Amino acid sequence: MRRVPHLAVAVLTAAALAFTATACGDDDSGSGSGGGSGSGSGSDNLGMALAYDIGGRGDQSFNDAAAAGFDKAKEEFGWQGQEAEPSAGESDADKAQRLTDLAKKGYDPIVAVGFVYAPAVKQVAAKFPDTTFGIIDDSSVQGKNIANLVFAEEQGSYLAGVVAAKVSKTKTVGFVGGVETALIRKFEAGYKQGVADTDDSVKVLTKYLSQPPDFSGFEKPDLGKEAAQGQLDQNADVIYQAAGGAGRGVIEATAGADKWAIGVDSDQYQQKGLAAYKDQILTSVMKNVSGAVFDLGKSVHDGKPETGVITYTLKNDGVSLSQSNPAFQDMADVQTAVKDATDKIINGDIKVRTTP
Amino acid sequence: MKNAFKFDRERLLLGIAGPVLALAVAFALSVLVLVASGLDPIEPFQIMFSSLQEQDVQVLIVNQWATYYLAALAVAVGFRMNLFNIGVDGQYRLAAVLAAIVGVKVSAPGPLHILIIILTAIVVGSIWAGVAGVLKTARGVSEVVSTIMLNAIAGNLIAWMVLKDQFGEQAEGSNDLTTGLIDESGWFPGIKVSDFAGEIYGFVFIAAAVGVVYWYVLSRTRFGFDLRASGASESAAAASGVDAKRMVLVSMLISGAVAGLAGMPELLGGTHTYSSNFPVGVGFTGITIALLGRNNPIGVAFAALLIAFLDKASSQLNLEGYPAEIAKIMQGLIVLSVVISYEQVRRYGQRRQQHRVGEELAAQAKKNRKEVSA
Repeated sequence: MRRVPHLAVAVLTAAALAFTATACGDDDSGSGSGGGSGSGSGSDNLGMALAYDIGGRGDQSFNDAAAAGFDKAKEEFGWQGQEAEPSAGESDADKAQRLTDLAKKGYDPIVAVGFVYAPAVKQVAAKFPDTTFGIIDDSSVQGKNIANLVFAEEQGSYLAGVVAAKVSKTKTVGFVGGVETALIRKFEAGYKQGVADTDDSVKVLTKYLSQPPDFSGFEKPDLGKEAAQGQLDQNADVIYQAAGGAGRGVIEATAGADKWAIGVDSDQYQQKGLAAYKDQILTSVMKNVSGAVFDLGKSVHDGKPETGVITYTLKNDGVSLSQSNPAFQDMADVQTAVKDATDKIINGDIKVRTTP
Repeated sequence: MKNAFKFDRERLLLGIAGPVLALAVAFALSVLVLVASGLDPIEPFQIMFSSLQEQDVQVLIVNQWATYYLAALAVAVGFRMNLFNIGVDGQYRLAAVLAAIVGVKVSAPGPLHILIIILTAIVVGSIWAGVAGVLKTARGVSEVVSTIMLNAIAGNLIAWMVLKDQFGEQAEGSNDLTTGLIDESGWFPGIKVSDFAGEIYGFVFIAAAVGVVYWYVLSRTRFGFDLRASGASESAAAASGVDAKRMVLVSMLISGAVAGLAGMPELLGGTHTYSSNFPVGVGFTGITIALLGRNNPIGVAFAALLIAFLDKASSQLNLEGYPAEIAKIMQGLIVLSVVISYEQVRRYGQRRQQHRVGEELAAQAKKNRKEVSA
């Protein structure tokens, strides 16, 4: 009988670990499959398919922005559409399989949300030369039927840095990054430069929630909350987060302490899931992912599919600061500083670094 | 002699009854979950089975099988010795990243290049597991605790190593860090199925061979006997002259070496680089598989196939309007039913055995009495 508890403990531990390792951040996935009633009977109106990054629809951030563009295109062009979600810890082969499944069914275009899809897009695009593939945040894999939708995140983040430096009273501001990838370091670089150029006596606290290949920093709000709390304890009174689904925790903690939070990717002031904290969401660095996704859909619909690298910057409104919080609109001197910095970036007087 | 034969057959039946019962219970519970969520309880299974007919899905399953099988064998080696190596995941990832780095830095003719990469993986995997082994033998630290911690350390080490200042590379226009691409001489040749379906990794056969070695060493050698004996009862093994501490260390080293191999199908056959896309959690899946397969090389092979099937065939579900998480729920249910059904079957077997021994003793006593009275 001695073996019983040992085995039971072993199995329960294994089960618990397996669950934490695989089942995170899926709380909203039910809504993600809403569009998937089609059986792929060869209808011409399948239209766009969207392959999400970790977090999927309902992350109140990056994926939701893509989903918004997808929804708009679906409605406008009468498409059936299709969405597919990844699971944590999957391999390139799994991603390639997802894109292949979608292409086999006949969806066109197929948009891969996130740079992690790069190897998969490269592989699958070659097999389906007549299908247009879009990939967000990557320009390393290029091809005739690949549209690379990339953003100048550092420019938007620079403006966030200007805002943070202007409104901070404690001369301490925070940056919380989701996972320490090159992409998120672009946000950090722009933010820090914006702060330093505006007021070099302001200190920037930086915290990343996880290190690749652990992507939980994009998924777990509790990690964000803890990190933000740490920065608040060190006197930060403005915190900018670029942490996907985990950013929610940052906003909760910051708003709870009556300090300013700066959102990311979408206009987080207007997000229903964050409505309780919106007064403290000063502004958000928006990436016009939804516009980029819609544009790609439109180009395919019009029979002139986009191809190659398409860069979205401050200049073409691909990145911008949201203005929906009235408190932010009322800060005249901050608005002037932002306007000034925007002009300088657009005409090239300020070159924003992409690495901190 | 007749009795011995019968006993073996019964043991085999009982051995199979456990997993079969577990799978049946897991299936029934999954159907319940589907019904409770207002979904068609049967169609998801039909979708998964029909996707089996597609060649590219078959190839994916076979390739995934190799990784899972090796990871599960790594766990099983520990289990046989009563060691719970939760660190397979860290050992596998650290081995993969260092093997990738060495593979990029070294240039050598084909087979030698591959051999160097594989040896690196084996050595790194066993060193990382060996740390837990030494801690256990020298300091009595539970391997459960130390391997979990070593997983976290491995994760951070990897993150540091793939930075551009160390060994990382960032392709122009990419936001991802990799260790760079291994030269083609270091790619393990595979079997091409078709242009569309891609190739079956050659390492699949190595994985199968490792299974054979596992079976041979554990059931046909003195070393294997010592290992199983120490696992069953450390004090009894010590009494018969087995150095238990040495066995702990050695089995941790072997477990880590096999864990190191687990990254090779993907690295040598698929990605040829280590990036943030390299699969995580394989070691944990390996624990599930080793339990389901009862640490038996053939059982584990089937269990690995089943989990690979659930993984790969479930991606279709998403496109048909079902949440792909059904497959994850099934895997969780399998783990739970495994515990319950194995315990039930074990108790049943024990009861039968006691019963029979009792009967035989009673018959013997009866016979003795008759002889006495005669």
